[in-house]
Amino acid sequence: MANQTLGMLEKALTEKRDGGRKLLVPYISGGLGDWIETIHAIIEAGADAVEVGIPFSDPIMDGPIIQEASQRALDGGITPSAILSELRRNSFAVPIAVMTYYNIVHHAGHKRFARELANSGVSGSIIPDLQLDEGGDWIMMAAENGIDNVLLAAPSTSPERLTRSAVSSRGFVYGVGLMGVTGERASLADSASEIAHRLKECTTRPVLVGVGVSNAEQAVQVSRVSDGVIVGSALVRRLLQGGGPQSAFEFISELRKGIDAII
Amino acid sequence: MSIMGAPSSSGRFGEFGGRFVPESLIPACFELEKVFTEAWSDPEFKNEYQRILRDYAGRPTPVTELQRFSDWLGVRVFLKREDLAHTGSHKINNVIGQALLTKRMGKSRIIAETGAGQHGVATATAAALLGLECVVYMGEIDIARQALNVFRMKLLGASVVSVTSGSRTLKDAINEAMREWVASVDTTHYCIGSVMGPHPYPYMVREFQRIIGDEALVQMRQILDGDVPDYVVACVGGGSNAAGTFVGFVDTRSKLIGVEPEGGAAINRGIPGVVHGSLSNLLQDDVGQVQEAHSISAGLDYPGVGPEHSYLASIGRASYATAHDSEVLEALQSLSRLEGIIPALEPAHAIAYVIREAGKTIPLGSSVLITMSGRGDKDAESVAMMLGENN
Repeated sequence: MANQTLGMLEKALTEKRDGGRKLLVPYISGGLGDWIETIHAIIEAGADAVEVGIPFSDPIMDGPIIQEASQRALDGGITPSAILSELRRNSFAVPIAVMTYYNIVHHAGHKRFARELANSGVSGSIIPDLQLDEGGDWIMMAAENGIDNVLLAAPSTSPERLTRSAVSSRGFVYGVGLMGVTGERASLADSASEIAHRLKECTTRPVLVGVGVSNAEQAVQVSRVSDGVIVGSALVRRLLQGGGPQSAFEFISELRKGIDAII
Repeated sequence: MSIMGAPSSSGRFGEFGGRFVPESLIPACFELEKVFTEAWSDPEFKNEYQRILRDYAGRPTPVTELQRFSDWLGVRVFLKREDLAHTGSHKINNVIGQALLTKRMGKSRIIAETGAGQHGVATATAAALLGLECVVYMGEIDIARQALNVFRMKLLGASVVSVTSGSRTLKDAINEAMREWVASVDTTHYCIGSVMGPHPYPYMVREFQRIIGDEALVQMRQILDGDVPDYVVACVGGGSNAAGTFVGFVDTRSKLIGVEPEGGAAINRGIPGVVHGSLSNLLQDDVGQVQEAHSISAGLDYPGVGPEHSYLASIGRASYATAHDSEVLEALQSLSRLEGIIPALEPAHAIAYVIREAGKTIPLGSSVLITMSGRGDKDAESVAMMLGENN
C-alpha cells in the first residue's frame, strides 16, 4: 500500500484538498443535450472533477430525475462507445470519472472497458451495483489501466466494512448521504454529515458526499465535515428543464462560491 | 451432495448468482442470509412454516393424473396442482416463508413486485395473515391486464403502486421496489417473488418453493410404484415454480425441462449479464442495455431468469424450451375442455410444450409431470379478448 502510486483522479483531488480547497464534483448524464458543452461550462464554474453518467436501462440507484435523463439519452440513441468517443475528442482541464451500472462493464468485458476508458481520457469509474463483494476483478483491471474505481459507503454500512471500502476505494470515497436513491431533498439528511464524519475518521483519501445534496446551502453544510460534495439531480433537473450550459454554469458557480466560503 | 445444493458463500451456482446491489442494500442482504440460514435449520420455524401451509394454504396439493388429456396425447400426464393452493398459485409457499422471516427480523413492513399479480396477491395475503403493512409495485401495463388481481390486493389491505417507468411491466416493477427498499430497509423487507435477486434470494426462494418438488416426488413414487416420471416440466419466467419442482427430482433419472415464453426466453436467447442483483442469462442488446420481454403472460414477461436455471442449463442437467403465444392459448383451451382445469397463462406454456412434443421428443407412453403453477381465473378476461380477436 505504501508505494502505491496515486491515479490521476485521486492525485488531482488530493492535491486540491491538501491545498485547502473543498471539492466539487458535479454529475451529468452523458448523451443528454449539449452535454460536452455543459462539461466545459461546469469546469469553468469551478468543478474539480466531473462525473459523467453512461445511461443504463435499469438504473436502480437513481431517482426520477436521473432516470428521465438516462431514458432521454437512450431514446436519442446514445451508446457507451458514443459517449467515450465524444470524451476522447475533447480535452478537459479536470479529471473525468464515468458512472454506470455493472452490466455495461460486464457486457464489454473488463479489459476492453478499462482500456476504452483509458483511451478516452477517463480517470475514474463509479459503479453503484459493483461494490466490495463482487468488485475485486474490476478494481484490479481498472487500476492496471490507470482508472481509479470509486467505492461507496452508505449509512447502513458496518464500521468494519466501511474501513475495508475506504481502503479498497481509489480516487475518493463516495459517502452516500442518505438511505435512498439519487434525487433532490428539501433538507440535508443528518446521515450525510454522519457518513462524512465516519469516513474521515478512517481514511486519508478524499471523502465526498453525494445523494440528496441539492443546493449551495446543503453543500456547505456537509462540506464542513467532508472534503466536498457530488451534486447530480439538482444539476440534471436544470438541464432537463432546458437550462443548457449557461444554467449549469450559474448553478455550479453558486455551489463553488458557497463551499469556497467555508473556512 | 445434491446437484441443487446450497450456493457458494458468495451466492454462486457455478458462475451464476452473486450479490450485485448498491452498497446501501448489502447489509440487509447479509442480515437476511443470516436470519434465513438460522431459521431454516430451526425446527420451530420450519414447523410454523409447514403448519401455515397445511392449515391455511391447503397443502399438500394433490397430483392429478389427466385421463382424457393423456389419451389424446398418448403420454401419461400428471399435474402437480399448485393452482389449488390458497391464493391460486405456488407463490403462497414463498411468501409465507418470507413473511415469517420479516417478523423474525423485527420488521413491520413488506414490499413486493408483481407481474401477473399472483405474487402480489400472495404477499398481500401473507401480510394480512401476519399483521404486516404491505405495498406492491406493479407495472402500469400489468395493472391494466390484471385488474382482478389488483382489486384482490386492495381488498387484502395492500397498497398497489403503479410503475410508469421503462417497460411498465415486471422488470420496472422490480427496479421500483428495489429503489423503495433502499430508502426503507430499516423497517422493510423486500419479498422478492422468484428465484432471482441478490444472494440469498435465489437460494432462499428455491428452498421455500422446494415443498412443491418434495411433495411431488413422494406422490409420484406412490403413483408409479416407486418410480419417478420420465419428464418433469415447468414454465420459467424468473423460474420459482420450476426451481421448486426441479429440486425434488434433480437427483433422480427424470429429465427436467423448463419452458420459457418465446418473447422472454432468457436462457434460450440471452447471454450472461447482471440485472436486479445477480449474474444470469439476460436478454440484452449489443451494448448491454436490458431488453424488454414480450409475452401474453404477465408472469413470464421478464428479460432475466434465476441464476440457478442458468447453472442447470450450463451443466446440462435441465434443458429449456420455448412456447409461442399462439400454442399457449391453444393449450389453455385444450386442457380446459379435456380436463375441466383452466390453467393460468404461465403453466399453459409447460402444457403447450408437452402437447407439441408428445410423440416427438417425448416418446409415446412416457410419464410426464407438469407443475400447474396457477389457476387461470386471473387471465380469463384477457384470454377472452385474445380469442375474440383471433376468431
